[in-house]
Amino acid sequence: MAADKTTRSETFPSGIASVGLGEVEREVPLDDPPPLPPNAGLAVIGKSVPRQNGRAKVTGATRFTVDVTLPGMLHGRILRSSLPHARVRALDLSAVARHPGIRAVLPVARPEDPVAALVRYIGAPVAAVAAVSQSAAEEAMRLIHVDYERLPFVADMDKAREPAAPLVHDAASAPQGSASGFPAPRGLPLNGNVRGPASDSRGDAAKGFAEADIVVEGEYRTQVQMHCCSEPHAIVADWRADGVTVYMSTQFTAGVRHELAETFGLKLSRVRVIVDGMGGGFGSKSTLGAYGRIAVALSRQAQAPVRLVLDREEEQMDSGNRPGTWQRLRIGARRDGSLTAISLLSYGTAGVALGAGVGNMAQALYACPNFTGAQHDVFINAGPGCAMRAPGNVPGAWGLEQAIDELAERLAIDPLVLRDRIDPSAVRREERRIGAERIGWQKRHAPGADPGPVKRGLGVAQSLWAANVQTNSACEVRVMRDGSVEVLSSVQDIGTGIGTVMAQTVAEVLGLRPEDIALRIGDTEYPAGSPSYGSRTTASITPAARVAAWRVLQSLLREAALALNAAPGDLIARDGRILVRDEPGRSMGFGEAAARLRTDRISAVAARGDDYGGFRRRMEDAALAQQDLGGVQFAEAAVDTETGIVRVERVVAVQDCGRPMNPLQIESQVHGGVVMGLSYALFEERILDQHTGRMVNPNLEQYKLAGAGETPAIEVVLLENYQGQSATDAYGMAEPATISTAPAIANAVYNAIGVRLRSLPMTPAAILAALGKIPARS
Amino acid sequence: MVEAASVLVGQGEAAESGGPAVVGPDPVQITLTVNGVARTIEVEPRMTLAEALRGLLGLTGTKISCGRGACSACTVWLDGATVCSCMMLAIDVGTRSVTTIEGLATGGRLHPVQAAFIEHDALQCAFCTPGIVMSCAALLERTPDPTAEDVQRAIAGHLCRCGTYPHVVAATLAAAKARKA
Ligand code: FES
Ligand code: FES
Repeated sequence: MAADKTTRSETFPSGIASVGLGEVEREVPLDDPPPLPPNAGLAVIGKSVPRQNGRAKVTGATRFTVDVTLPGMLHGRILRSSLPHARVRALDLSAVARHPGIRAVLPVARPEDPVAALVRYIGAPVAAVAAVSQSAAEEAMRLIHVDYERLPFVADMDKAREPAAPLVHDAASAPQGSASGFPAPRGLPLNGNVRGPASDSRGDAAKGFAEADIVVEGEYRTQVQMHCCSEPHAIVADWRADGVTVYMSTQFTAGVRHELAETFGLKLSRVRVIVDGMGGGFGSKSTLGAYGRIAVALSRQAQAPVRLVLDREEEQMDSGNRPGTWQRLRIGARRDGSLTAISLLSYGTAGVALGAGVGNMAQALYACPNFTGAQHDVFINAGPGCAMRAPGNVPGAWGLEQAIDELAERLAIDPLVLRDRIDPSAVRREERRIGAERIGWQKRHAPGADPGPVKRGLGVAQSLWAANVQTNSACEVRVMRDGSVEVLSSVQDIGTGIGTVMAQTVAEVLGLRPEDIALRIGDTEYPAGSPSYGSRTTASITPAARVAAWRVLQSLLREAALALNAAPGDLIARDGRILVRDEPGRSMGFGEAAARLRTDRISAVAARGDDYGGFRRRMEDAALAQQDLGGVQFAEAAVDTETGIVRVERVVAVQDCGRPMNPLQIESQVHGGVVMGLSYALFEERILDQHTGRMVNPNLEQYKLAGAGETPAIEVVLLENYQGQSATDAYGMAEPATISTAPAIANAVYNAIGVRLRSLPMTPAAILAALGKIPARS
Repeated sequence: MVEAASVLVGQGEAAESGGPAVVGPDPVQITLTVNGVARTIEVEPRMTLAEALRGLLGLTGTKISCGRGACSACTVWLDGATVCSCMMLAIDVGTRSVTTIEGLATGGRLHPVQAAFIEHDALQCAFCTPGIVMSCAALLERTPDPTAEDVQRAIAGHLCRCGTYPHVVAATLAAAKARKA
């Protein structure tokens, strides 16, 4: 081996386990561990290990941010705009400052500043206080006097597109987008309230449509969906002379630390962010947010810890949402099903924010030489949207997967057969095969064929999601002299059970049980871990955990080798022992080896390396793996044509995430994706009063969510898909699991009643209107 | 909302005049029996049981998610029956005994429902979980041998954004079996 060689060649298992495994050669860094065998050959990884923090969670012992109390803690409250669009002419905080319980008062809208004087949606922060009690903070709200100059507003996307519509933003206030293009690209033109297009094309769409034997065209709409995290957005900010400590219900401790350092001019070393229990984020807790900045500013002013927890109305008005969209899709195909052209035009609204595109489903899911797409953001005077579980591709799939279903029918080709012809993914091919068998696809009948008033149908839809990786993601593994082991990272458990997966990873390397590994996560005092968004946590942190554990094991093996009189390279760790590979009789306990350490503890820190074989694309701290994630879902629905009620009776979800690390936890996540997708399909909708700009259902009783009674039987099948791309070969699941649910249900509804619903949600009224039994809602 | 914001203290404490005793707005002293222990606290009459448990007694296992009876995250038992503790004033509890999630495990031993929730992964973020556990444990008291539909009905008022419902049903059925064994 040449002296300067930094990699070695290794042979990895490759392929889909249920189809048959082959091998792939990869160059790996010299100090990375050897290839991990398929799950069948492993002791702990790939097993349904129970959650480590399960006991704390079922006994109520887990400390969520809303449970944090600090000595001298004050209570924050934000006064919010009662108007959808106004200029704050004057903000009188003198009376509130005299209230005996008030310790800090913060203007947020600033009359003297031409941009910051404007509020652009009901619920926009205007001012904030910190008080000795929550009730004192509530009382203080009535003592703040705001002089508003009402401005014209628009609360409907279609009206906002009209040339004479009131303007939501001007060039100075309009959000700018980002270099990565997420949630929207930088530098697009702004015309009135319409920003864009973000254009994308390949080939020659006009020529492609000319070559088509059949063209399907349809317009699809999706509503605004709210995140509805069970734990509200919450923060306890503790500003001290030597730095700030923040307890926050966040999906990204390390990212919030960066934002705090930047916002408040602090060194990273002076900012600490902590989260233990985290009651759901779904994209809405990815950043510090306005409420976070407000809480920290209040704490700085009051010189005391400040707790700020949004109430449910604030949650619904101003903590983000999934933008509403409209899209027109045209698909041209030859008689054999091969696609000749796709064109996509979309307008969506994230309120006053950006990011209402429909993703990359139409461009990338199916083989098609010619594509043209133009996506637009439309500003309206409503609360800002933000990322929500598979942003873009959820509304994208709603359109595309119905259009493909329609195309299949027009071509008289089975929807699965058509996809077999136009979908190049071997993974989804296998997923379709398995799913079709499980759901009983062969019993699918012609649309509307059931004789009675309750009609059943079967539908299928597919998903596409990038395999994201955070390269700025590290993990430390420590072995103590008494044989105990710790794994440390700032990565947070938002409910996915990532800590347990890290413990499995380390235990597999060290030959221990997962419960032997102590978890220290959710604190920026530890090595910076990955965010829990973009379905990237497992992909980003488990390779780092395995590499760190491997490196620390090498140090331990050197000690053990002396005792066992063997070469370190001949030793392996298994079943709590260190043993000589070919002579298992020669061995010592893991603890005995640790006892020989020179110091109380040894440790290794490892970062997420590049995927073996390289990434498809790098973006600062993140990257895209070569392959995409897929997933195919089948739904069986019963539609009562007299009441319009849709009951989803069964869903079969066949999903892939590279190497499944903990099937039971992944199954839980898929259940979550399906339930959220079903809820989106049938129930959820933010309703804005067009005359006032106010959300009329800012709660959890009139904003409808699916419950246990609406949840169908869900069967989850996980593919094992090996590619030899990292030390664990594991990727994410959260987002792909929700992308195809709503269109699968829509296709099942179509199959049941023979009428297609192109707007969400599919309420009883929408079904009856589609059947022509009641007038359509305007 | 007819019964909201009543300021009745316990039972049988009507004033001489025949109307209910008026208390507040200042704090009043009450004694709550929580998880078998009598606890005397000063509460403002407007304080809900959920707030009193969490804020005054440090029993933060009971969660507040909507604060108005829409999600059941705050479910506790009053004399063994499930209630939304955000919809009840602390001063209205009277002599009834309160059981919270912290009181469900006895002597360090998990309730069978709790054990089954871990085994079946019937929790994700777990913010809704204490409330759901209380409802499922109460179901097994009423209906030791429930069907899946019984469990679904018992948790129909609970919202779980993480979508744990299928595993909650499986866990509760398994707990019922384990209790009989
Ligand atoms: S918090 Fe009590 S029902 Fe939602
Ligand atoms: S487990 Fe997260 S809300 Fe139920």
